[in-house]
Amino acid sequence: MTTKLIIGLDGLSSGERALDYGCNLARLIGDCELVVVYIIEWSPYSFQTPEENAERHKRREEEISTAKERIVAPAVERISSGGLSATGVVRHGNVADALIAIAKEQKADQIIVARSRERSLSKRIFGGSTANLVMEASLPVTVVG
Amino acid sequence: MKNPIRTGLLALPLVGSLSAPAIAQEAMSLDDKVNEAFANATGPFVNLIFAPFPGTDFPWIVMWLVVAATVFTLYFAFVQFRFFGHAIALVKGDYSDPNDAGEVSHFQALATALSGTVGLGNIAGVAVAVGIGGPGATFWMILAGLLGMASKFTECTLGVKYRNEYPDGTVSGGPMYYMSKGFGELGLPGGKILAILFSIFCILGALGGGNMFQANQAHAQISGIVGDYPGWITGLVFAGVVFMVIVGGVKSIARVTEKIVPFMGILYVGAALIIILVNYDKIGWAFGQIFQGAFTGLGVAGGMVGALIQGFKRAAFSNEAGVGSAAIAHSAVRTKEPITEGFVSLLEPLIDTVVICTMTALVITISGQLIIDPATGLYVLDGNQISTVDGNSGVALTSAAFGSAIGWFPYVLALAVVLFAFSTMISWSYYGLKAWTYLFGEGKTTELVFKLIFCVFIVIGAAASLGPVIDFSDAAIFAMAVVNIFALYFLMKVVRKELASYSARLASGEIRKFVS
Repeated sequence: MTTKLIIGLDGLSSGERALDYGCNLARLIGDCELVVVYIIEWSPYSFQTPEENAERHKRREEEISTAKERIVAPAVERISSGGLSATGVVRHGNVADALIAIAKEQKADQIIVARSRERSLSKRIFGGSTANLVMEASLPVTVVG
Repeated sequence: MKNPIRTGLLALPLVGSLSAPAIAQEAMSLDDKVNEAFANATGPFVNLIFAPFPGTDFPWIVMWLVVAATVFTLYFAFVQFRFFGHAIALVKGDYSDPNDAGEVSHFQALATALSGTVGLGNIAGVAVAVGIGGPGATFWMILAGLLGMASKFTECTLGVKYRNEYPDGTVSGGPMYYMSKGFGELGLPGGKILAILFSIFCILGALGGGNMFQANQAHAQISGIVGDYPGWITGLVFAGVVFMVIVGGVKSIARVTEKIVPFMGILYVGAALIIILVNYDKIGWAFGQIFQGAFTGLGVAGGMVGALIQGFKRAAFSNEAGVGSAAIAHSAVRTKEPITEGFVSLLEPLIDTVVICTMTALVITISGQLIIDPATGLYVLDGNQISTVDGNSGVALTSAAFGSAIGWFPYVLALAVVLFAFSTMISWSYYGLKAWTYLFGEGKTTELVFKLIFCVFIVIGAAASLGPVIDFSDAAIFAMAVVNIFALYFLMKVVRKELASYSARLASGEIRKFVS
């Protein structure tokens, strides 16, 4: 049976570390499929001006295509060139919730992320995305240091 | 503050008391001349819109709004109560497709529209209503707010249904679009003419009540605290900031305001609740005053009818139900079912009028600012106003009522008024712009022209004494309601069809929650 790994990217070096680790793990497992995911942080409960609302659909399309082009597509290509099979997903939402939702949809076996160096006050109080993911996920999560 | 309308009444006393005659005598006389000329030119229009029914002081425009709200309530069989729970579920996102994440949510559309309506009307307008009509006005205000929910439902459903979606993914919606497209679809003539009329009134209302009046009131508040100084300074600062947001695209400023404004609203309601709870022994008495006053007047000018007029007037002026502005704000939401935005929008008059305005009225009543004759139990009158402890009215009365319980709160209130003024300007600059582009076409240059005009009017609004101009802009906003409600009567059957279809699919389980 094929093992499916979800790899969370953040467009930074930490995402690259998660990707490297996921590729190595996939080679060890053998029959493995990778899904690279980039989440655009977004809340349906934020406040916007009327003009921002009117342009929202357009901006969303732009955000998705930019994320696909600059982050997800290069990652998929890198994995494929290494002889592994990979697909990419871009979605808006809360990073932890969206990663878990995608893992469920894809019937994945594991989520791999890297710890980012989030040090802001709100992150300390409410926990960063990685901490939230670890606390809420119902499947194994590997956090690359 | 947000809303121009609500504030029309307060404009004169508030501005009069706070903007001292620091301007040179010659300038004053020039201002007077300009004001007089303007008043003469626009007087007939203003008088027509605000004309009372013969033999009463009940403006027909208020009756127009209340009758429409009642008709929509009956026509849709009390939709505001039947679908109230569903509206909450929609705002929570229970019915939102996770694949649409990143689009405008129901919550965002509601919050944006609310930030355009919650404002000085809730703070000062209510004080005017209670100061003249007594606590009994609150009862009628709540009733009108509940009925107004059906008007919002109707106009916002149509706003989404007939909006324009452009190839680049942006949207434009509002009464002008449902008038032209909706009438065309039904084979009715005159839709285009109504749309043009509406757009003209909307631009005038945006430049006047949504702009000059806001700048004027903000300046009055600031100079009331730091001392008097020329209004054009406030005007230039405001114009500069608004320019950065709407022309420069500095979204961060708008975003900060959009975050502070809801916070201010919550702080306001929170403070009101604390005052009410601390005086819990008076809650029963206050509600007694509200119900008793609603039907007897408790000695206010005009008795029960006086209380009713003030309550209806304030609710209509505060929540803008039927004016059509909300239909512009709500039309950006991403939904496959236009009627869902109608359900969500009906929460707006509830929050604005039934909750926030009632809080203000309760605090004023409980604070004991209104003087009661101990012998008769009736309110003591000073002219047609109820006598207050320090002779305050309008925003000063609300401020005194909160200040009597929380000493520093008047400063927070002043800050809230200024911020509300700013976010109202941002909202109305958009409403005006949509009407402008409807008339003159979409395009960067056309839009820039309107935005520049808008900024110039901020300076004028803060600098001048603008009684007649304010009357005119308030009249323009209510003229929007005349055209809008007229169109709604023809288009309401479209909404009824949508409602029947949606209810059936909801009942059959075809439309269901995405969350487990």
